[in-house]
Amino acid sequence: MSEKLRKLAEKVEARFGDTLTRLPSLSFELSYEVPAGKLREVCVALRDEEDFRFEQLMDLCGVDFLTYGRDEWVTEDATDTGFSRGVARELPKSEPNYDRRFAVVYHLMSITHNWRLRLKTFCGAGEPPMVPTVTDIWNSANWFEREAFDMFGILFEGHPDMRRILTDYGFVGYPFRKDFPISGHVEVRYDPEKGRVVYQPVTIEPRTLVPRVIRRDHRYMDRMLTQADNIAPEALQTSREKSGNA
Amino acid sequence: MRDIQGYTMNFGPQHPAAHGVLRLVLEMEGEVIRAIDPHIGLLHRATEKLAEQRIFNQSIGYMDRLDYVSMMVNEHAYVMAIEKLLGITPPPRALWIRTMYDELTRITNHLMWLGAHGLDIGAMTVFLYCFREREDIMDMYEAVSGARMHASYYRPGGVYRDLPDRMPQYQPSKFRSKKELDKLNEARSGTLLDFIEDFIDRFPKAVDEYETLLTDNRIWKQRTVGIGVVSPERALNLGFSGPMLRGSGIAWDLRKKQPYAMYDQVDFDIPVGTNGDCYDRYLVRVEEMRQSARIVKQCVQWLRANPGPVMLDDHKITPPRRVEMKGDMESLIHHFKLATEGYIVPEGEVYAAVEQPKGEFGIYLVSDGANKPYRIKIRASGFAHLAAIDEICRGHMLADLVSVIGTLDIVFGEIDR
Repeated sequence: MSEKLRKLAEKVEARFGDTLTRLPSLSFELSYEVPAGKLREVCVALRDEEDFRFEQLMDLCGVDFLTYGRDEWVTEDATDTGFSRGVARELPKSEPNYDRRFAVVYHLMSITHNWRLRLKTFCGAGEPPMVPTVTDIWNSANWFEREAFDMFGILFEGHPDMRRILTDYGFVGYPFRKDFPISGHVEVRYDPEKGRVVYQPVTIEPRTLVPRVIRRDHRYMDRMLTQADNIAPEALQTSREKSGNA
Repeated sequence: MRDIQGYTMNFGPQHPAAHGVLRLVLEMEGEVIRAIDPHIGLLHRATEKLAEQRIFNQSIGYMDRLDYVSMMVNEHAYVMAIEKLLGITPPPRALWIRTMYDELTRITNHLMWLGAHGLDIGAMTVFLYCFREREDIMDMYEAVSGARMHASYYRPGGVYRDLPDRMPQYQPSKFRSKKELDKLNEARSGTLLDFIEDFIDRFPKAVDEYETLLTDNRIWKQRTVGIGVVSPERALNLGFSGPMLRGSGIAWDLRKKQPYAMYDQVDFDIPVGTNGDCYDRYLVRVEEMRQSARIVKQCVQWLRANPGPVMLDDHKITPPRRVEMKGDMESLIHHFKLATEGYIVPEGEVYAAVEQPKGEFGIYLVSDGANKPYRIKIRASGFAHLAAIDEICRGHMLADLVSVIGTLDIVFGEIDR
């Protein structure tokens, strides 16, 4: 980790203490988890305090961790019957109390100090997932939050104009959720009898050409451990267990 | 005088000045804009979701189609994100080639922008001039990748292949006289690098031509000076980047401040505006074209002097050469695995940003250790710029809206994604 980033990490940890949890990251990045309740307080401090000066929110996006770490093809056991190209497409059930399914990720940048910081906040259990807005802190968040709402159904509490932004007028569902099929639910076609374009249920089924494969490649085994150099391996382990993909 | 009632007006999505498929719902008061509600998403193709279903290399082509006037720079960000997670660095020659093509792309983008912006507010000639030079850069794309626009040329670990030794030439046909043909082929008689160098030598003159048409043009200045002013504080808060930020007087350029590829080895300056209006942003972009030409020149010199590999030799990630595959078992296996399964990227997340001609283009990549990305978020610069159009245009006349749309340099491929 570079000297500069180490300095930033020290400052952040000294200022916010236990509010932020350090997340494993590559050596040239810094990433923290912030509880949704403290988000706004932390953001205002990060923007205004001389030590941080994160004037810009470069990016804000939602992430759905429903199928994180799930593959479609067994790679670790051998088989004596041969492989099948068939891929079972069963989604894990989303448990109602599972509070680490949706996350919102903030990428901050400071022009004064020339450094970047990533904040991650989990939305908590329940539907719809909710986090407070940061639109009044960084105005650039306005459309980014609308996009996250449109794609993931994450509600931003206090957003001035929470409408869909990218999907079609009258669209139903949240397309970037992992349980939304790639082919969607409806398709359009021209109906010559009615003389207009109509919606109908999709007639195609999604298929997989290349199955999703996770391999434990020894070359990468300890990459994250060594590069995030001031996180002890045990801390990383617990953070993985917490996010449900140990 | 009679009271003029305010009314709501629809603009686009099929308006020639809307630069694609932008629909604006305007609240007007006479000819003055009171509020704008942009409706976007008409070109939404869910690139991010599609990329989740494909192995890493298959999505490179999608990146071209985001901002489809700065194709290779988009690829660069995506490829960089993968490389950072894999922990690999391409050989220096590949990085120099990327630097050179990034800058050529910046020139094409700015030419397209200048032409369209000019056309929007009444300058027809500059459009034709710009496309004259743009054509040559399309030829350079074609020579190196086989495609004039959607190149898929950058790959994790380097670039697809080395620069060709021969620049393709025009063939004789009954529509062209011998004299015309020779003139066209004159610059194309050597290598691709010769052609690029020849282009770069004559390009500053072409920029002078655009400037004689516009810079001191009375109509041009009337349409752009003092229009769409953005203060530096607002530009930061609105998440601006690239020329939109520099036009407001903030000297910020990722190529200088957070250098990637070979930008720390080349010499160039960052132009900065003072007033933050459309005219300043015009001046900034024109100067950027000149600076890009300077960078390309330095890249050409380095590439001439230093032959070498353009792709990593690690065949777990990059495919082996076809010749080797025919005789070598190991290479055949590598090729088979790469073609059927791809390579896995270790678990983790990364944000890779490049200075795209329009601003900061970033890829936030989350991998769970599979051969496909778990989540990709594309940070498009135009998205943040267009979000601010309401604030920029309030109180302006309807005709100024067209100037502002032009100066934002928006392309719907990247805004809608």
